[in-house]
Amino acid sequence: MPRLEEHCWSCSCPTRMKAEELSSASWVASKAEEMMSIVTSVAGHACGSLHRIQTANLIRRGLVLFTIGVFLALVLNLLQIQRNVTLFPEEVMATLFSSAWWIPPCCGTAAAVIGLLYPCLDSHLGEPHKFKREWASVMRCIAVFVGINHASAKLDFANNVQLSLTLAALSLGLWWTFDRSRSGFGLGLTTALLATLITQLLVYNGVYQYTSPDFLYVRSWLPCIFFSGGVTVGNIGRQLAMGCAEKPHND
Amino acid sequence: PALMTVRERLRQNISAAFYRHGLLCASYPVPIVLFTSASILTCCYPLLKLPLPGTGPVVFTTGVRDYTIPYHEPQGEIGERPEWYRGPPVAYIQQVLVKAAVSPWDNTLVPVDVFRSPIGRVFSLLEEIRNHVYTDSSGVRSLESLCLQVTDLLPGLRRMQTILPEHGCLLVSPGNYWQNQRDLFDLDSDLLKTIHQHEPKGFHISTSLRDLLFGVMKEHTGVSLYSKKRVVTYTITIALSSYDPRFLGSLRARLKQLHPSLNCTLRDDHMVHVHFKEEIGIAELIPLVTTYIILFAYIYFSTRKIDMVKSKWGLALAAVVTVLSSLLMSVGLCTLFGLTPTLNGGEIFPYLVVVIGLENVLVLTKSVVSTPVDLEVKLRIAQGLSNESWSIMKNVATELGIILIGYFTLVPAIQEFCLFAVVGLVSDFFLQMFFFTTVLSIDIRRMELADLNRRLPAEAGMPQPKPGPLRPRETPPPPRQSPHTITLQAPAFRNLRLPKRLRVVYFLARTRLAQRIIMVGTVIWIGILVYTDPAGLRTYLAAQVSEQSPLGESGLPPHLGVAPVFPGGDPTSTLSVLPAPEPTIIPENHSNGHDSLGHITPVSPQISWGPEDEDGWKHLYLRQWPSLFSYYNITLAKRYISILPVIPVTLHLSPQEAIETRHPQDTRHQPPPIPRTPDQQNDLTLYKVAALGLAAGVLLVLLLFCLYRVLCPRNYGQNGVPHGRRRRGDLPCDEYGYSPPVSEISPLLLRGHSMDIECLASDGMLLASCCLAGQIRVWDAQTGDCLTIIPNNGLRRSSSSGGWEHRDGWDPMTMPEPDTLSGADTGACLEGAECDGYPLRRRLTPSRPALFVDQPDLTPLIDTNFSELPPSQKPPKNGFDFGELVDRAYQEHEPSPSLAFTPSPTAPQPRRPSVGDQPVMSPDPCSPGPTDWDSSVWAMELRGNLIAAGRSSGKLELWDAVEGSLRCCNEDGVSGITALAFHNNRIVAARLNGSLDFFTVETNKPLGLLQYRGAPGRGSMPPSPCYRSEDVINCQLTRSVQCAHQKPITVLRAAAGRVVTGSQDHTVRVYRLEDSCCLFTLQGHSGGITSIYIDQTMVLASGGQDGAICLWDVLTGSRVSHVYGHRGDVTSLVCTTSCVISSGLDDLICIWDRSTGIKLYSIQQEVGCGASLGVISESLLVTGGQGCVSFWDLNFGDLLQTVYLGQNSEGQGVRQLLVLENAAIVCDFGSELSLVYVPSVLEKLD
Repeated sequence: MPRLEEHCWSCSCPTRMKAEELSSASWVASKAEEMMSIVTSVAGHACGSLHRIQTANLIRRGLVLFTIGVFLALVLNLLQIQRNVTLFPEEVMATLFSSAWWIPPCCGTAAAVIGLLYPCLDSHLGEPHKFKREWASVMRCIAVFVGINHASAKLDFANNVQLSLTLAALSLGLWWTFDRSRSGFGLGLTTALLATLITQLLVYNGVYQYTSPDFLYVRSWLPCIFFSGGVTVGNIGRQLAMGCAEKPHND
Repeated sequence: PALMTVRERLRQNISAAFYRHGLLCASYPVPIVLFTSASILTCCYPLLKLPLPGTGPVVFTTGVRDYTIPYHEPQGEIGERPEWYRGPPVAYIQQVLVKAAVSPWDNTLVPVDVFRSPIGRVFSLLEEIRNHVYTDSSGVRSLESLCLQVTDLLPGLRRMQTILPEHGCLLVSPGNYWQNQRDLFDLDSDLLKTIHQHEPKGFHISTSLRDLLFGVMKEHTGVSLYSKKRVVTYTITIALSSYDPRFLGSLRARLKQLHPSLNCTLRDDHMVHVHFKEEIGIAELIPLVTTYIILFAYIYFSTRKIDMVKSKWGLALAAVVTVLSSLLMSVGLCTLFGLTPTLNGGEIFPYLVVVIGLENVLVLTKSVVSTPVDLEVKLRIAQGLSNESWSIMKNVATELGIILIGYFTLVPAIQEFCLFAVVGLVSDFFLQMFFFTTVLSIDIRRMELADLNRRLPAEAGMPQPKPGPLRPRETPPPPRQSPHTITLQAPAFRNLRLPKRLRVVYFLARTRLAQRIIMVGTVIWIGILVYTDPAGLRTYLAAQVSEQSPLGESGLPPHLGVAPVFPGGDPTSTLSVLPAPEPTIIPENHSNGHDSLGHITPVSPQISWGPEDEDGWKHLYLRQWPSLFSYYNITLAKRYISILPVIPVTLHLSPQEAIETRHPQDTRHQPPPIPRTPDQQNDLTLYKVAALGLAAGVLLVLLLFCLYRVLCPRNYGQNGVPHGRRRRGDLPCDEYGYSPPVSEISPLLLRGHSMDIECLASDGMLLASCCLAGQIRVWDAQTGDCLTIIPNNGLRRSSSSGGWEHRDGWDPMTMPEPDTLSGADTGACLEGAECDGYPLRRRLTPSRPALFVDQPDLTPLIDTNFSELPPSQKPPKNGFDFGELVDRAYQEHEPSPSLAFTPSPTAPQPRRPSVGDQPVMSPDPCSPGPTDWDSSVWAMELRGNLIAAGRSSGKLELWDAVEGSLRCCNEDGVSGITALAFHNNRIVAARLNGSLDFFTVETNKPLGLLQYRGAPGRGSMPPSPCYRSEDVINCQLTRSVQCAHQKPITVLRAAAGRVVTGSQDHTVRVYRLEDSCCLFTLQGHSGGITSIYIDQTMVLASGGQDGAICLWDVLTGSRVSHVYGHRGDVTSLVCTTSCVISSGLDDLICIWDRSTGIKLYSIQQEVGCGASLGVISESLLVTGGQGCVSFWDLNFGDLLQTVYLGQNSEGQGVRQLLVLENAAIVCDFGSELSLVYVPSVLEKLD
């Protein structure tokens, strides 16, 4: 049964992930989080067999989130480079894989960390998230997230300010529609700030480059994407956590 | 507070409005669904104008003379112009079409000469074109200033770098192979190799470099060693960024002057604009596919939440349909009001769905489902709607608000999206309110019935708390509620899942629906594509029309929307208006046709200009221009180019020139050894393609064949094949729920009775039969061994001759006494009368005239019975009527399939009971008086080990089936028992006088301690208690309904805690078995009831003398459907879970769909057959015929097999047929019983 469910998830979730930039941005943070989660898991081991199940759960959730992250990074990356698409498929594929190889894994890791952090934060704050807790809503959230990315990549705006404002409004709308929790907002904001900062640093050091930066060294809509990505992944993570917790009851 | 009150009031109003709306929807489901569908279709109608996906580039033609660059903004007179024809094109394409030939041809020339010098001339032409200058008052213009300047090849095209121009004018010609340098060309020893080395390997469908440079199809270039025509064709293609008619005109004039094409009639007054669709690359495809996967996941997770309804799939489908059609409606409405979608529909579609969402639908469903179940459907819908009204309205308002905000971002794309979304939301709301709510109400109604059905039988065993006062006669429900909203199937009793799915498969397989739909769809699609294709039928037709019209040649309007197209090389096209191509240089040589003969007679090539040259670009690959431009990173997607009329150039080269330009190595090429090799190379590709295509086709056919064999392994036979044995190969396999008999079925004949068998009863393990002689035999239903013989008490003589006497003794007696007949027509059948009227039904009547012996004995008895009839029963007015009644009654009763309930026809009237005849009856609790033995058995039932026998004297006897001892008897009634029902420990007896008696079998033990025997297998046979011989059994009359019917009771059935009686007075009554309470009187027949079917699932069907069949809802007493199917009486009725099978006096077997009441098909049988029916499994029907039984496949109405019961089968019909639990069939066959096993069915049941 767990196998089946996992399979189901990885099938149904492949559509959403964070933008490629997110991954690079939160790479450092994700490393730290990874360490933390390892520590946590080790501690859990020590606690005994009861916790072993939870650890397995945690690892499974992390894996699912990681997969989702990698997939969304690839897809959204494709969306971003689509504008310069030529008529030669081999060119496209070359472009896709010529970008830094470490971006998708970083995105995946970041997704795993954020996705695990959200339910963790919920339980620590003592206010479990009850709003629209169902897979259909999660799917909707992912679709909106991809739509935001789509808009950022494809729409022609008069200027960058307008684009950024629109995307900011959309991100807020996403949070309001699917999350509506203070912790979610806070975490999303933190993610956005942190990720943008890291991206700035990376670009500053020449690891990465934007074709037409308009906000210091990056694009001004980047924080919005990060924010909505954080909310989305958090949504998935919560749903996963709930599913795991509920499953024994169902059975 | 004021605000609050306003809000509250608003809320109340909304909720009240929703309540009323819910009532409306639930009350008139069908009209509302129809109305909604109509409005959906209406709103989608404008969508027809939108282009189909999958068509190629779009073409628009304008005149050259008055050409101006179209404006960006649409002008007033858009009418003729397509949407995309705005602004300047990406480029103007000017092609110079060169046809060159060496003439006269002589034998000294080698094949290479065909193309070497003609291609060589391209360099001078290029020189000419490049250097052409046009000077007028405004200045000097050259090609350099007008042409499309390209900067850089794509980095991926290194290998083309040397060939395609890297900067400067985009001007391509075959000269590009040699970097446009004459000396390189002259040094090239093998031109063909140079040309071929850039060709892609293997098969390709896209444009190759050769096509680009030559500008004509490969086949038309003539650059080949084996060219027949020896004419080389190529183009010089120039891409211009701006249009200067004067420069182009002078260029054209110059070239024409230099190289005149005398016979060229190409039109040069049309400019063709080609618009290209958006390219979809793999990079765009992946995100698109991703969004669609998300969308489907969303829909899946949403619809998964639909629960507690009858058909999850149906509702999920309805939800999806709601959303999709609201989207279509929104696009349609927007198109209607002039807003054309500019966004890529496929891209924004998933987002639109997500924005509109399925949430409201789910909320509605949940709310309705959670209303109390016992409410009426209407009220449930209304309540559910009004409960959620406030939140639904709030949601809709919020979404509208958000979208309106989005509208004010003033980004055109977002604005358009928002517009669509707003209209979509509104139409979605409309559809939810009307379409989905109605569908939901239909579903809920279906579930109600199924639910109740499921619950009730569980209560059937215990006394019901409901007092059950006689419900007043139910009026038939209004017609709108009928067939398609109600189904009588109760899934609780049978595992319906598999059959349901299988039924869909069967349906698909039977009608080959999928194949047909796909075929029709493909044909339509291809047709539309062919019609709308720019090079397709429509333009061809238009050209034809314009050709044939008198104005066709000269007065072709310059704004003609389509280019005149003539399929290249089509000999049938009407080209008469164009002058036939004339040979120019060598007019004396007309013998083209002899070319192919080889080099025997040198033939000079001739250059001809045909209409196919005019639109040469049409014969290029669709991707020609996009790929040329894409090399320079210019996309043509959603843009257009303008193709100017070609400039024809004719070159004639002298053989001298050809020889001069020869490369030294050219002469080494020998002419092909075999003259037939021309075109071999071209053909080779063709052969390869053909071979591959053929192989793929064969593979496909094999695959489809396998699929077909897997899915539809059956022969589509006709219905009602005449009787005949089938060979094994003809039999379908067990895809259909059973395996047909694969071996010959040999019936097992049970002999022992001396006379015709009248009563037959079985409980699955045992089989009891009673013959005319009154002898009861008990058989083992598995082996056919005779276990017990209970001789007739009153009949000492067991010889067969005595039996005959008794039997025939009826005839004379009945004739003179019509009163007797009236009593007998309930169930007792009169042999003589019936035989006269229906010779086909005749049974053995060999010695009729001999016997009148018993007459005096019988008369007083019958008289007594008749006199005891209740006064309400109207005595018949005259004897003639009775004759008819009796005949009918006999016909109706006799052949009915489940014989356990049929009133036994007449039995011989025993004359002299002899007590000494019953040594086995010592424990008989009631010592029967001598008169009791004068009666015969009219009805018999077998349950457990008890045989209940109803006698003509009104006595009910209980016999032990194994020991053959009389366990008890009851003599409370005096009127003859015509029908019996034995259910658990209750016995219901219908008497001749129309009264109904309920008996209880009691033992000294509580019922719970009784051993039960037999598995509760087939629904009609509940486990029967097994009474041990030492138990004292008491049979007590619990209730007697004196006047159950106004007229004699003809049928009695019991199942599922109900007793159903049908009578001559046109009514059916339903009683509860526990308390003998009459629940319903069902009216609807216009004739006497002749057959009734009821089973554990509470399905009640009745057939009458009027040929009508009614299906009733036993729970409410309402009539579900009412169909007329037979001319004459319905003689027998059986139901399966999906259909109702009826047979009538017209020898027709009709199969009806149970839920809709639609006749599926009918089987015409031989005359005199088919009165008895039985259903073995869901799909196997048995009918009795003349000396045989036939097996039918219910799904298709095919005859599977006919089993002949004996050698002398003629004349003896099978009148009674009983299906046992082990899928054996018992039928009477004169004085024998026939036990027929259906082996494969046995396997299946195991």
